[in-house]
Amino acid sequence: MKIPAELKYSSDHEWVKVEGNKATIGITDFAQDQLGDVVFVEVPEVDAELTATEGLGTIESVKAVSDVYSPVSGKVIEVNEQLEDAPQLINEDAYGKGWICVVELSNPAEINDLLNAEAYEKLLLEEA
Amino acid sequence: MEGKKTPLYEKHVEYGGRIVEFGGWLLPVQYSGVLAEHKAVRTRAGLFDVSHMGEIWAEGKDVFAFLQNLVTNDLTDLKVGQTRYSPICYKDGGTVDDLLVYKFGEDRYLIVVNAANIEKDWEWMQENVGVFQVTLTNKSNVTGQLALQGPKALEILQKLTTAPVGDIGYYHFLEDVLVAGKVTIVSRTGYTGEDGFEIYCQAQDAPVLWEAIMAAGKEEGILPTGLGCRDTLRFECCMPLYGHELSPQITPLMAGLGMFVKLDKEDFNGRDALKEQKASGLPQRVMGAEITGRGIARAGFPVQCEGKVIGHVTTGSPAPTLGKNMALVLIDTAYATIGKEIFIDVRGKAIPAVIVKKPFYKRPQ
Repeated sequence: MKIPAELKYSSDHEWVKVEGNKATIGITDFAQDQLGDVVFVEVPEVDAELTATEGLGTIESVKAVSDVYSPVSGKVIEVNEQLEDAPQLINEDAYGKGWICVVELSNPAEINDLLNAEAYEKLLLEEA
Repeated sequence: MEGKKTPLYEKHVEYGGRIVEFGGWLLPVQYSGVLAEHKAVRTRAGLFDVSHMGEIWAEGKDVFAFLQNLVTNDLTDLKVGQTRYSPICYKDGGTVDDLLVYKFGEDRYLIVVNAANIEKDWEWMQENVGVFQVTLTNKSNVTGQLALQGPKALEILQKLTTAPVGDIGYYHFLEDVLVAGKVTIVSRTGYTGEDGFEIYCQAQDAPVLWEAIMAAGKEEGILPTGLGCRDTLRFECCMPLYGHELSPQITPLMAGLGMFVKLDKEDFNGRDALKEQKASGLPQRVMGAEITGRGIARAGFPVQCEGKVIGHVTTGSPAPTLGKNMALVLIDTAYATIGKEIFIDVRGKAIPAVIVKKPFYKRPQ
């Protein structure tokens, strides 16, 4: 299970890549593996205001629907439109081409509440 | 996770199955992935553990009359070595279950029922013994069942037996077939829409058969296949799943299974109610729908038309072979026409769909 050291993680299995006041959001390798074949992704709309721990969209596998929660608060400035036609990018490259959206952080201090790679790995071991 | 284990539970773990609880059983929803497994069954072969299914033997001099009273289909012309599908109904026409009847002899039949319904069916059958001289034996716990399905199923199975399994006709079976040295019943039936076999064995022999079939099918590209693709495969063929397209509220007529309801045979449970329903018109019908908008219909989602709720989704998911999102919907009969445009309420969004013909997939002959 890949857990890149440079990313931050939520306990709901989303990852965040922080660059200045922007954060890219996706779901973790563990999450995509648990879901199975992703067949549909509902991404937020550009300009939508996200609140930390609240829903930002849904990901559906063949047999299940899962909510994706925003790990941070802020305004959506970019969404991954490729997921509309290629939802499997989430399975194939969860930390890369399977990114979901980019937000402009409204409360950068929230980053400190997220888990680092080590803490997230520990969480996975506890849940297993 | 709590649940009963089939004799193949250890194999599922060993083969990387993701175990879920289903109808009180611990079974794999998938191994390598639902889409890959679905495709394997459509193009090559897949091996399912269906040991959770219920096997009830019915024997005795009145067994034929007992079964004729129980099932909606007609068994009059069922010959030894043949299998027949049938719903069974309550007196009010509501569906108790759907099942397979195997005729082993004039006074010996096997009834194969859905796992989640074993106890309910058992009680219902006991209640219906009445004056009939019939003995029922529930052998579900000592019977294993494997389903080998797909265009390569025959090729694979033939490697493991000298019996002429290729000569078994569709909905026919052979008794006392040695497969990989184990005594089995080989039935040319399935729940996938492909050619294939359902193989019944002693529970303790199931792991040996599993290993033998997986090894024999290696060069054909066999995959172990889970409940996830079992559902998407049957869904593409619009085969009903009890609890979705059939229930105490959904009669076989409403489910579109009229060809398995022989209203003109002698009396049977539910006949009067079903005759009445047929005469007065069905309130709702199970129809097929293609989702034309962006979204996936899921079981339970409301179906709307002309601003009102006309029914609900009974099963919905992608249909992998078609590359489309499809649904089975139970809707008011007034709207149940091919080409009718409807909407599925997907978490508050009205997603357009259109009523289409069933089945969604039929295997090339």
